[in-house]
Amino acid sequence: MIEARGLTKRYGDKLAVDDLTFTVRPGMVTGFLGPNGAGKSTTMRMILGLDAPTQGSVTVNGLPYRDHAAPLREVGALLDARSVHPGRSAYHHLLALAQTCGIRRSRVDEVVDAVGLNAVARRRAGGFSLGMGQRLGIAAALLGDPGTVILDEPVNGLDTEGIRWIRSLLQGLAAEGRTVFVSSHLMSEMAMTAQHLIVIGRGRLIADTGMEEFVARAAPGVVRVRSTDPAALAALLRSRDGAVAEAGDGGLAVSGLTTDEVGRLAGAAGITLLELTAQQASLEEAFVDLTRDAVEFRAPTTRGAQP
Amino acid sequence: MTTTNRIPTARPAGATSQRVTQARVVRSEWTKLRSQPSTFWSLLAALALIVGFGALYCVLRVTRPPTGPEAVAAFDPTAVSLTGVQLAQLAVGVLGVLLVAGEYATGTIRVSLAAVPRRLPVLWGKAIVLALATLVLCLPATLAAFLVGQSILSAERLDISLRHPGVARAVVGSTLFLSAVGLLGLGLGALLRSTAGAVAGLFGLLFGPQLLAGLLPADWSDKLYPYLPVPAGAAVANVQPDSAALAPWTGFGLFCLYTGVVLALAAWQLRRRDA
Repeated sequence: MIEARGLTKRYGDKLAVDDLTFTVRPGMVTGFLGPNGAGKSTTMRMILGLDAPTQGSVTVNGLPYRDHAAPLREVGALLDARSVHPGRSAYHHLLALAQTCGIRRSRVDEVVDAVGLNAVARRRAGGFSLGMGQRLGIAAALLGDPGTVILDEPVNGLDTEGIRWIRSLLQGLAAEGRTVFVSSHLMSEMAMTAQHLIVIGRGRLIADTGMEEFVARAAPGVVRVRSTDPAALAALLRSRDGAVAEAGDGGLAVSGLTTDEVGRLAGAAGITLLELTAQQASLEEAFVDLTRDAVEFRAPTTRGAQP
Repeated sequence: MTTTNRIPTARPAGATSQRVTQARVVRSEWTKLRSQPSTFWSLLAALALIVGFGALYCVLRVTRPPTGPEAVAAFDPTAVSLTGVQLAQLAVGVLGVLLVAGEYATGTIRVSLAAVPRRLPVLWGKAIVLALATLVLCLPATLAAFLVGQSILSAERLDISLRHPGVARAVVGSTLFLSAVGLLGLGLGALLRSTAGAVAGLFGLLFGPQLLAGLLPADWSDKLYPYLPVPAGAAVANVQPDSAALAPWTGFGLFCLYTGVVLALAAWQLRRRDA
């Protein structure tokens, strides 16, 4: 459980994180979404006590991270895959980390195995690809068998197989009852992985909501309809509070009405339909819509709907 | 690359046993030190300079031995054989800088401080490991430089015995001075966070004050000189009484005080600043 209360970080006159309040709950994957530069990494560094908040506070399982006696047991984090000394082997990087809190050596081998790095664990990490670096960072995050896992953009640089691996890994960790907090700037990736979303833009909270609600709220469905008489159909739909736009080659894009309603109205009016489809806006579009103007969309309205 | 999704858990070691302690952080820092190639090369350079340069300088002095009773009386065979220490201090000081500034350069510092969120154990751990590693490696090297140097100087009967008053202190003291310079570099690295900045700062502190003192009126600079970092620290290696220098351990103590101030500032900044 991660709880941020009024979390604020100011660098000079730039407000990187602006009064963020959110809770990340155990047992599910929570996506932390926002365009580049929205303040995701800064927020994660504040959770880990690396950066001190200008105002507000953040706790992990009820305590500021710094006050945990066994920090690696509480939180495992991947902040930057390149945060490895290039001259040191992956094995020694993990061993040094394990030794700070007395984690046994065999555990290092276990996590190396688990992320699939056994073949290269003794090689200098400087020669690793970004994807291998991500795997090493994830191994480090899992070292202490933590109750909370925080990963900053973990799929960066991974191939398709690696992305699929991360996805099932995260879902597995959440299913074991752990708190999993994963940032990304890619909505589509989050859609496959996360059950809950925290969206920020320009340091501010835009949405804190379940994945499905987010999509439904951000982009209501659009109905595409093509008929033999577009003008008559458009007039009819407008009279029933539908918003109608020309969609080219005689098609109309209708919002505010469902496919059922459009079909019945057209049937009753004797207009022949050639095509009738519901177009769910893609998640990526929903995300772009929401974050296009972070200030305008500053509407944490669904927070009250949380369990 | 084969991957498994099943991550084995580490339950046998319970939450309470995974506490961060200073002793554990020292072990961790030891692993970091020995697994970093730059450490190896810095220490190797230091050892080679101590023995190699000392021997070379002894050979030079033997080929041009001091002439006349005054020159012979002023000849300090211990200092001549330990000349290499003055160069080795640069290698050891740079090693100290690299231990911390290198972590800032690579971003590893965030991993280190996230694992040890109270932070100070990381600095103390590095200091303990660096001090012990330089002592254990440099003491034999300094002793070897002394013995090799004396055997070279004996050709002209210029050598001195380790049992001669002050000689053993000079040999051990030179090694302690090297460790202290390493800690000074460590403190500067932690304070300035950049390798280039900290190396410049280190060289500035080691050599700058003497240069600046030279610009002062002679009576001022003579009074000030013994209290400058390197002249103070080097006093520990004086075998012949030197009225212009501090007493050996007083001088070394003063150098340790300077180093302590830098380390204290570094500790204060480490606690305070964002990583």
